[in-house]
Amino acid sequence: MQTETVHITPYRTYAWVLIALLSFTFLTITVTWIDLSAITVFVALTIASVKAYIVLTYFMHLKFESSLFRVFVIMVLAIYVLVIAFTLSDYLFR
Amino acid sequence: MTEEKTHHPEPSYLVDTGKYKGLMAWLTSTDHKRIGMMYMYAMMVFFVVGVLLGELMRLELFRPGQQFYGPQTYNGLFTIHGIIMIFTVVIPGLAAVFGNFSMPIMIGAKDVAFPRLNLFSFYLYILGAAIALSSQFMGNGPPDTGWTFYAPYSIQTHTNVVAAVFGAFVLGFSSILTGLNFIVTMHRMRAPGMTFFKMPLFPWSLYATAWIQVLATPIVGITLLMIVAERWLRIGFFDPSLGGDPVLYQHLFWIYSHPAVYIMILPAMGVITEIIPTFAQRKVFGYKAIAISSLAIALVGYFVWAHHMYTSGMSPTARWIFSLLTFLVAVPSAIKVFNWVTTMYKGSIDVKPPFLFALGFIFLFMIGGMTGLSLGALATNIHVHDTAYVVAHFHYIVFGGVGFAFFAAIHYWYPKMYGRMYNFKRANWSFAFLFAGFNLLYFPQFIIGIMGMPRRYFDYLPQFTFGMQLSFFGGILLLIGIVLMLTNLFSKKGAKAPDNPWGGKTYEWTIPSPPPVENFEVMPEMGENEQPYDYK
Amino acid sequence: MEHRDDIGAKLGMWVFIFTEILLFGGLFLVYAVMRGNYSADFHQAAHHLNAFIGTINTLVLLISSATVAMSITAVQKGNNRLAVILLMITLICAAIFMINKYFEWGHKFQIGLYPGSDLMITLNHGQVMFFSLYFFMTGLHMFHLVVGGIILTIVMIKVQSGTINSTRYVLLENGGLYWHLVDLIWIFLFPLLYLVT
Repeated sequence: MQTETVHITPYRTYAWVLIALLSFTFLTITVTWIDLSAITVFVALTIASVKAYIVLTYFMHLKFESSLFRVFVIMVLAIYVLVIAFTLSDYLFR
Repeated sequence: MTEEKTHHPEPSYLVDTGKYKGLMAWLTSTDHKRIGMMYMYAMMVFFVVGVLLGELMRLELFRPGQQFYGPQTYNGLFTIHGIIMIFTVVIPGLAAVFGNFSMPIMIGAKDVAFPRLNLFSFYLYILGAAIALSSQFMGNGPPDTGWTFYAPYSIQTHTNVVAAVFGAFVLGFSSILTGLNFIVTMHRMRAPGMTFFKMPLFPWSLYATAWIQVLATPIVGITLLMIVAERWLRIGFFDPSLGGDPVLYQHLFWIYSHPAVYIMILPAMGVITEIIPTFAQRKVFGYKAIAISSLAIALVGYFVWAHHMYTSGMSPTARWIFSLLTFLVAVPSAIKVFNWVTTMYKGSIDVKPPFLFALGFIFLFMIGGMTGLSLGALATNIHVHDTAYVVAHFHYIVFGGVGFAFFAAIHYWYPKMYGRMYNFKRANWSFAFLFAGFNLLYFPQFIIGIMGMPRRYFDYLPQFTFGMQLSFFGGILLLIGIVLMLTNLFSKKGAKAPDNPWGGKTYEWTIPSPPPVENFEVMPEMGENEQPYDYK
Repeated sequence: MEHRDDIGAKLGMWVFIFTEILLFGGLFLVYAVMRGNYSADFHQAAHHLNAFIGTINTLVLLISSATVAMSITAVQKGNNRLAVILLMITLICAAIFMINKYFEWGHKFQIGLYPGSDLMITLNHGQVMFFSLYFFMTGLHMFHLVVGGIILTIVMIKVQSGTINSTRYVLLENGGLYWHLVDLIWIFLFPLLYLVT
């Protein structure tokens, strides 16, 4: 068995991450007050994706796991995005 | 890794060593070999039931008009035939039986990564099968939607769809957990020195399969839950009268159910890849091409689902995209066939029963694959969509492919499983009956399909009578073949099997037959220059 | 010695998380298609959701995720007592989330807005679809939240008893991963359901 170095994330990091996540939450709420019409959903999803990225990287420790885990996550998300894209190739071109 | 050497041989896995004896010892065992065997016995029961249901349909179709029972019974029959065969036999199929039995040994592990989870998957499988079968006996009669549960009919019919759908959901969950287990096993438990590109090819195919199980099954899981919600709560995701979209159901259903075909066929291809080099005593041709084509099939196979929906009113853009992808997925499949055939070239071929079944597989899979291409082409598909042609194509892949590979695998690993041999002559006869019967049963369906015979009809026009009757007799031959095979394998004890009856090179042939509980007395290691198929 | 493989266990958990992502992925796909079909109706229907409660729940879930993550640090440093307290905060947050949901759903049921209700049938198709998705998605999410809560309760008991300690804490990590998944799904549910007004 290979030896693994244990990474201990300091409490401080998590506190900062939490603050970042909370700020993004307020940002996304503020943005909805401004009417951006067509791109509202796009903005909301972008902010959500940033939040998801932060959760995955820090809370779910992807930053400190072996790269295999990151590869898998990227692969799964890519497959899912393709599934949506191919399904929409039907709905958007009817 | 050092292991204490014991001089007396370890007891085989067939001997009860735990606190229970007999049946309880099996039902509580987390040994991957026993779990694989339990899957096999369960699957055989379901398979025989499914076959008999199929024969009942052929009986009704012997002549035009109503013979023995009416259309509603016929609808129920093809539905439950599909549910049993698809969800309880071929989807778990080779992965659950031989993946469990052989894969850990082949990669040099003592067991799978999560043995208790493995047993849990088995019980989920039994539970799901029981729920699905209960649909026949409870509620307002057997479901009549076909195994595809197409909305909106599956929402409107008064038959017991919910139980069948929920059973399929539970079976899917079992399949996911098996896939999860296999992925972790192959990542974490390979023998020292066995890199991914030194892993035998059956495990490789299971690895690709496992990813599809994990990534595709949840989609159908949620879809089936939505069907249940629609029936119980008057939610209208797919019901057009409530604003839903039935085509969306087809998308979601096939996002899983097309990859499911690859869940079935990939392990079958893996088994064939083990058998051919062993009986040709020849190094497998293009190891890496076969390994990577498994992944390629898994990946591309994920994005071809809508070729089931050309006639559903999809956008033309989507139609050509999916047609293109369908043609693409044929490439890695063809690479495999090419490699199998080339492996045999200049080999010292020994035509034993497993090899015969493997040859049968290649022949039938070729026909199934080629007709699949004609179905994937947009223009021809319109003509043969939902006809007997599709039925024939599908059975050539799923029975001619997966089924024959399953028979090949049983004949291949049987000596390892039981430590006994079987009668070769009878095995060859059973192959002859199965092969002849199969072709006689399904080939005429291609022709009457092109002539216009729709699938799922209990009645037909007189011009299809001859084809239907050929199919009926084919069905009889097939049944004889199955009985011959099962009696040969399971009725009496054969001679004691040597550890390596076929001269195989993978790890399972280096250990006693039947294997000891922990598989290896000395954990294997793979040397620098060793390859999984060191023949010549 | 007993065989133990923490990375394998974590890998297994991640693979399970992938299936969960695709399970919800199917629903998000339905959402995407239906939103394309009925964007104006979705717009209107979303006004009926209480964005304030939604926001509170988002904050509560984010905090609970942070405390779970911190509890791992605490266990790694050998401070099981702090870990238990942090997990307790997580569970309290989960309870607050559930109570909020209870009031939110309760209100909808009171005014007769629930799947299959007479009021729902009178709405137009797009709004029916929105509320169907709303109930189905948040319902399934809630189910996962309850399961996650049960897992974390078990984990907390084990931290308390010392079965989970600074040399052996993969169960806590896996429980945490599951909890973050619950959070992750909510991160997307919240804007798509509450903020599309």
